[in-house]
Amino acid sequence: MYKIESKNVDFFYGASQALKNINIAIKPNTVTALIGPSGCGKSTYLRLFNRMNDLIDNTKIAGQVLIDGEDIYAKGVNVDSLRKKVGMVFQKPNPFPKTIFENVAYGLRVNGITDKKLIEERVETTIKQVVLWDEVKDKLKKSAFELSGGQQQRLCIARALAIQPSVVLMDEPTSALDPISTAKVEELIYELKTKYTIVIVTHNMQQAGRVSDTTAFFYMGELIEHDTTKTIFTNPKIERTQNYITGRFG
Amino acid sequence: MKTFYKKFSEKFIEGLLMLSGTITSLTVVLIVFFLFKEGLGVFDKKPVEEGYVIALSKSNPLKTLSSEQIKNIYDQKITHWSEIGGKPDSIILFRAEDISNFYSDEEIGENFEGLSTCINRLVDSLPDIIAFFPKKYLAKDFKGHELTVDKVSLKEFFGGKEWFPTAQPSAQLGVLPLILGTLWVSFGAILLALPLGLAAAIFMSEIAKDNVRRIMKPLIELLAGIPSVVYGFFGLVIIVPLIQKTFNLPVGETGLAGSIILGIMALPTIITISEDAMRNTPRAMKEASLALGASKWQTIYKVVIPYSISGISAGAILGIGRAIGETMAVLMVTGNAAVIPHSILEPVRTIPATIAAELGEAPNGGLHYQALFALGCILFLITLFINLAVEFISNRKQHNKH
Ligand SMILES: Nc1ncnc2c1ncn2[C@@H]1O[C@H](COP(=O)(O)OP(=O)(O)OP(=O)(O)O)[C@@H](O)[C@H]1O
Ligand SMILES: [Mg+2]
Repeated sequence: MYKIESKNVDFFYGASQALKNINIAIKPNTVTALIGPSGCGKSTYLRLFNRMNDLIDNTKIAGQVLIDGEDIYAKGVNVDSLRKKVGMVFQKPNPFPKTIFENVAYGLRVNGITDKKLIEERVETTIKQVVLWDEVKDKLKKSAFELSGGQQQRLCIARALAIQPSVVLMDEPTSALDPISTAKVEELIYELKTKYTIVIVTHNMQQAGRVSDTTAFFYMGELIEHDTTKTIFTNPKIERTQNYITGRFG
Repeated sequence: MKTFYKKFSEKFIEGLLMLSGTITSLTVVLIVFFLFKEGLGVFDKKPVEEGYVIALSKSNPLKTLSSEQIKNIYDQKITHWSEIGGKPDSIILFRAEDISNFYSDEEIGENFEGLSTCINRLVDSLPDIIAFFPKKYLAKDFKGHELTVDKVSLKEFFGGKEWFPTAQPSAQLGVLPLILGTLWVSFGAILLALPLGLAAAIFMSEIAKDNVRRIMKPLIELLAGIPSVVYGFFGLVIIVPLIQKTFNLPVGETGLAGSIILGIMALPTIITISEDAMRNTPRAMKEASLALGASKWQTIYKVVIPYSISGISAGAILGIGRAIGETMAVLMVTGNAAVIPHSILEPVRTIPATIAAELGEAPNGGLHYQALFALGCILFLITLFINLAVEFISNRKQHNKH
């Protein structure tokens, strides 16, 4: 049983086609890296899984995206509950202009949890989960903007995890971070795998190599190759993948 | 030669720009100076018209009266001297034109030659009289005594409940009803315009599709460009009769009519400014909220509105600012009664409407004229305060974002 499957997915921004016939199947509790040159459609594809592209006017999707075997684009699907199940971490840390505590509690509150005790517990465990607790435990009431970029990004991950999703989407989550923060986030991703299914977009080949189990290479809106990360990096079947990888490694 | 020419023209343009800057600033300073010079003059004047006197009989111990007391005496609201600290007798009112009730035409004379003698005798013979007459009929050996009237005081001006700037014998310059009328109407306007404007702003920035927005936006901006007389006309023809019918009133020209018209006029300001603020909410912030399973509405009131709250407040305050200074439309629909309003369904009068309506009739440099300028000063201070508030709020906003 796959956690995520996409079947013959096409996607259009107006008249221009951004994704062409994408077929991927992702097993639960794995990390999948999406790589490819800029503009090839990685973000577009990632944002299909929590229907974030719905926010953009004039877009169209064809084909099927299944999560836990259910077509998330079928009629009558509740998008808000889908997004509760499929969390997302963005390229730039984007905490709310609220306190550290309220940032993590936000997802709980909007999902109707009012039990103060439960909220406090959940905030604490998720901040611990992203290994941020020791750094922020004394300033939970302070603005999230007082944290460093790396801390903010881990806070955003905690915020996404607090509502206990089963899939976590990450769009270049470390591209705005320094090497040390990046290492921390990567470590975190590796650990999170035991509980979540993770899809991560990255431009950093080493990162893809370090954290992912499988890698999908996109080129101009097409999926060129999807295989285990090891195969993609050492023995790709398609020449274009080879060129891209070696090019990127220099 | 060429470089000299270039340098010269640059200097010339620089000078020209500086000149226009200086002229603008000077104009503002001059206007404010003129406004306050004329306006403050009112506190150096007496409320009794120049060239007239108010006199009492010698036996009357009272020396001064306030303008309110004088008015109440002549309106017969005060009928006994005891009410204002005198003898228990009832007051006898006298104006110069009443003289024929007391003396024959022969005694007064064809050209009022005998008038001063008559008045003198009358004041002497009636101990309870209060007499108001032109100073030129004050006899040399006047047997009564002239009442001294206080200058217009700050307390009288700001605390007075009546605005009768042309009342005889003593003008009433209480601006309280006008200030209250202004605030009343503006407050009503904002109460109507804020929810509506906010709703429209939310709709335009968060819900409307791009093409709907492209039609709505210029329409709303057009609303801001309509001359205020047209609004007044619209109010007079549509809203005033509607209010009259709905509430079954004797007249439809009420504070409510003013509030509605001003509310409509404040809408474009409120909508455009708060919509701009909302659209400035970073997309990342909204996406973060939605990605956490928040609904569109939750995102609007938990993220978008808090984020743009300073812009929204600035819009609301500027909207009030527009309402407070607005003249023409209000003049046309509020009924212009200078009394302290007790309900929104009564006629009221605002400061700008008063100035516009009365300035033409007020003799240059006189008490009434200066009182109107003092009103202008009050209006200026209110709007200055509003602008400072907006400045303060938008500064805070800059601060928040970093
Ligand atoms: N909102 C949009 N409206 C129209 N076209 C878009 C929109 N967003 C993306 N596109 C187009 O879709 C294509 C894929 O974009 P996408 O953002 O998915 O690329 P990407 O692989 O994530 O690139 P990058 O690595 O630079 O983030 C691009 O050609 C882009 O121009
Ligand atoms: Mg991208």
